[in-house]
Amino acid sequence: MTRLSALLTTFVVVFFNTADGGDWRQFRGNAANSVATGEKLPTELSGGSVAWKVELPGRGLSGPIAVGEQILVTASSGYTQERLHVMSFDAETGEQQWERQFKATGRTGCHEKMCVATPTPASDGERVFAFYSSNDLICTDLAGNLQWYRGLGEEFPNASNSLGMSSSPIVVEGTVVAQVESDAEAFAIGVDAETGETKWRIERPRKANWTSPAVLPAEGKRPAMVLLQSSAGLSAVDPESGKVVWEFGDGASTIPSASVVNGKIYIPSHGLTSVRLTPKGGPEEIWNASNLAPATSSPVILDGMTFTVNSAGALSAGDAESGKRLWQLRLKGPFSGTPLASNGHLFFFNERGLAFVVKPSREEGVIISELDLGETILCSPAASNNALYIRSDGHLWKFADRF
Amino acid sequence: MIRALVPLALAVCLAPCMADDISVLRAVGGGAQGAAKARAARDSLVDGGAKNLIPILTAFKGSSTLATNWLRSAFEAIADAEQKAGKSLPKSELLKFVADTTQSPEARRLAYEWLLKRRPELADELIPGMLLDPSPDFRRDAVARLIIEAKAAGGNSAVDVWKKALRGAVHEDQVKEIAKALRDSEVEVNLQKHFGFLSSWKIAGPFDNRDEAGFAAVYAPEKKLDLEASYEGSEGEVKWQPVASDDDYGVVDIAEALSNYKGSLMYATTTYNSSKAQDLEVRLGTPNAWKLWVNGKLVFQREEYHRGTRMDQYKVPVSLQAGANIILLKVCQNEQTQPWAQKYQFQLRVCDSTGSGVAPSARAVSLSQKGASK
Repeated sequence: MTRLSALLTTFVVVFFNTADGGDWRQFRGNAANSVATGEKLPTELSGGSVAWKVELPGRGLSGPIAVGEQILVTASSGYTQERLHVMSFDAETGEQQWERQFKATGRTGCHEKMCVATPTPASDGERVFAFYSSNDLICTDLAGNLQWYRGLGEEFPNASNSLGMSSSPIVVEGTVVAQVESDAEAFAIGVDAETGETKWRIERPRKANWTSPAVLPAEGKRPAMVLLQSSAGLSAVDPESGKVVWEFGDGASTIPSASVVNGKIYIPSHGLTSVRLTPKGGPEEIWNASNLAPATSSPVILDGMTFTVNSAGALSAGDAESGKRLWQLRLKGPFSGTPLASNGHLFFFNERGLAFVVKPSREEGVIISELDLGETILCSPAASNNALYIRSDGHLWKFADRF
Repeated sequence: MIRALVPLALAVCLAPCMADDISVLRAVGGGAQGAAKARAARDSLVDGGAKNLIPILTAFKGSSTLATNWLRSAFEAIADAEQKAGKSLPKSELLKFVADTTQSPEARRLAYEWLLKRRPELADELIPGMLLDPSPDFRRDAVARLIIEAKAAGGNSAVDVWKKALRGAVHEDQVKEIAKALRDSEVEVNLQKHFGFLSSWKIAGPFDNRDEAGFAAVYAPEKKLDLEASYEGSEGEVKWQPVASDDDYGVVDIAEALSNYKGSLMYATTTYNSSKAQDLEVRLGTPNAWKLWVNGKLVFQREEYHRGTRMDQYKVPVSLQAGANIILLKVCQNEQTQPWAQKYQFQLRVCDSTGSGVAPSARAVSLSQKGASK
């Protein structure tokens, strides 16, 4: 291995293992596992911890992302939800820096709880990749200038779901990866982040799927892989070629997505299943725990514990090494978004707009603060530069400790 | 001398360059085709500033949605820069463009919304006159004002306002509210006609769709449409039988009218008489898998079961011929047992791209026309 490739590998490992104090570039953070390290987020949520709150012009289940000093959000509006918005806000002041609007080229109908701006956008630090239920994949630079536009709903008109699509794209080493999977047509696509051209497109199980890709970071000589989940299981795909490297074929959920922490993969499969790679590079089950099944929120792993929320709103903590359930805590649900984990705390936002912070230990979980935002919250939060960001259909909030 | 010629050369180049740039944006295609050239053309248009706004808007007409998104991004970049620089947009030209109903509805709305940022009072000036505008967004705003007016008037004096509002309404939520108010005042409202739902059908079936295999199977009605024929169906001999919907939204409930045959499919046909050759939309709602033929041509098919249904769930562009147009629909039911997977129905209407129902021509057309499907 040359010094340069060693350096690059080290960078990739660090970049994808956690979101280290700074950017939060995609759904569930840079590592797509909802863990933010190096952040000191406000744990005493109150009106005083709201640094700013700004209005949004449309609905969105998409979460905010953070790139440098910018907070980027998507929305959809109009009677038929055909109007697509991409916006950038100044992280410090909340001032809107720019907004661009587009018209959906694909189907915009969806379940009333969902909306067209359901997938969270992604960024490679230079560009924003906004994706929508209509399968419009839009790339702008950080100043809002359109770079390329893929109307995947127009190119593949049967790849849609009448209930709506929710899978969020990720960016891995210059490739934007999107899952577009429905009963009528299903595929995953790797798009060149710079040009918008298709690098690869692979057929996927033809079944409705709302999960999002995850990332298995590079380790040693093994390059980073994209993990594509479906009812069939989990496929590890080379982001450059689209080649399937290995498959976990024991079935998986079609709503919560897999998380990767410290090289181990936690798959919502028959409850929760922990998988590691064998020396030959294939998947090997470590444990399976049917009593740690997540409902809509994806599993979160923090400080050697797994955290999942079931459909009744019960938070289950499990031992990340053994899968043994440690305790349960009744939370006020329901939840659509995935909690964020940082600095020994879990940050939840339920569908009714109630935010609360849980301090977990191996013995118990304790709710240490609550704040009612008074609006429906269906997205997953973001963390950046010691601040927490969340959005509703009408507003975007920044929470930070005042110094 | 050379220096003196530069402005002249720039001026000569200006119009053709701008037109070239716009042509580049209009030429973008699927798969990010033309994106690199489009970026350069957009930058060039943005550099040209506010004088390019109207040409950009004018180019919306006849462009693909993909291309209008590039045009829109150029317009917004210019308008944004102008406003941030404290400059005003060319109001009179933009107002003139908004008023020109021959232009693209999306482009007119874009111009209007940018004007509105600085002049909120513009809504009061323009919207009341836009009840029958080609833009569904403008119509919606105009109808919303009339709904408020009717509610404020109350009682019988509101009826004329409600009636006026209904003339412009194209969105289901507004139409529902208006229809309820009118019916409460004992005014007859025909929503099927308003939306353009086709309510009289002939249906043949059930045919076998066990294991969802019937979706791909080609049964006799797909080969040749003969309304006098009888077929071997999955439950014995079947013939075409009339089914009419009296539902406001044209829902033909197969499970109720016939039976919820699990693992089956039905063919439904009707004739739409068009006053002229025209491009319209067939809008369909069904929770079942389906195929749609118009005049024997398969125009779309979709194999999805029980992911919800709603009005205008699918929008299928169609080119209709003058006179009779034969519509054939294949509707498939699977064998799911969940309570939420038992619907076996469809609703279908013909409308223009704004969603305004286009009623069939009054001339009677026989349903016994043969050979509609090839």
